[in-house]
Amino acid sequence: MRPIGAENRKLIAEGLWQNNPVFKQVLGICSTLAVTNLVLNTVVMCVALIFTRSLSAFTVAVLRTLTPRNIRMMVETLIIAFYVIIVDILLKAYWPEMSSSLGPYVGLIITNCIIMGRCEACANANPSGRALLDGLFNALGYSFVLLIVAGLRELFGMGTFLGLTVPYFSGPYWDKWIIMVMPPGAFFVLAIVVWVFRSIQTAKENKAK
Amino acid sequence: MNITSQMSHALVVFVSAIFTQNILLSYFLGLCPFIGVSREVKTSFGLGLAVIFVMTSTCLLNWVAYQVVLEPLGLHFFRFIMFIIIIAAFVQFVEMVIERYSPSLYQRLGVFLPLITVNCAILGASLFMVIRDYSFVATVGYGLGSGIGWFLAIMAMAGIRQRLANERIPRGLQGPGITLIIAGLMALAFIGFTGVLQGN
Repeated sequence: MRPIGAENRKLIAEGLWQNNPVFKQVLGICSTLAVTNLVLNTVVMCVALIFTRSLSAFTVAVLRTLTPRNIRMMVETLIIAFYVIIVDILLKAYWPEMSSSLGPYVGLIITNCIIMGRCEACANANPSGRALLDGLFNALGYSFVLLIVAGLRELFGMGTFLGLTVPYFSGPYWDKWIIMVMPPGAFFVLAIVVWVFRSIQTAKENKAK
Repeated sequence: MNITSQMSHALVVFVSAIFTQNILLSYFLGLCPFIGVSREVKTSFGLGLAVIFVMTSTCLLNWVAYQVVLEPLGLHFFRFIMFIIIIAAFVQFVEMVIERYSPSLYQRLGVFLPLITVNCAILGASLFMVIRDYSFVATVGYGLGSGIGWFLAIMAMAGIRQRLANERIPRGLQGPGITLIIAGLMALAFIGFTGVLQGN
């Protein structure tokens, strides 16, 4: 296997950290933030997102020379919708409980701004391999932040992790923070996570100077 | 259901879409423009109005398309593509009509219309309407209520952010961070409306 080139390494670092979709760009959190009250739901949602995100970037990049410029948004949307439908049908067939507990949010991956944003910013102008890599690592950078949010919410709100009991938090000593599993909790936790990560980032940048 | 009970159901759906089940504050839909565009009251007002209009109309169009075309044919999985095409086409159409007949309105709303196509709240409202199996009248109430709820949330946020403009905020919290915290506080306040509706 050929070693990862410097350019690709930069792409990976940008997706995961420097230009992270959640705490740097703050894009596309709508469709996933809603399911962060349980870690399991978030994992499924993130897998679905990684799948659609990287494959749609790949497809858009493959078709980029064939797509007329004035209808490219429409074509991109249809490509994304195509992959989302695959995920939706698979979930309905093999895991109906999960499908109904995620509700409309799987379908809402279509309008997830980060997918569209990356298609516009990267997949449109780059070869397919690069676009796939960019898509994959942007989605991974997105997923790890949301998994942190979900982990904190489930732990504080219900005292569990992935539905399993956690020492101390599941016991009688921990007074469960119900607000964490309610909508305001998602906003607060995400805000704090954004705050922490951005502070680390600026601290690093200052050091680099 | 007879007409009266349908109307009262639609009214309950309408009020709950604004307050108790606000599409933004309890379902997190339409967060991106909410964070990105809520810096000024004036722009938020324009975007909010456009959302109310587009959401109500596309909910109705999508209801008709779903019940008349997709449901009888059993093509439920096709709804994502159908809805997104209807929304995009409708937005494009409205843009052209406004540009032709009311240039002043176009100047105020024009920039926001293309943004709306990718607003998750619009598609989300249509998907919720299908999942909850609303009747036609209830869909009117739901679309209008969700639009107004979104409008209310972004206007409140813009008002608060304008006042915050000159405050000293920790660096990491500036921009999206503080907006999310305010949104959380607003969501808390909206939970207070829960008791307003009985039997919902």
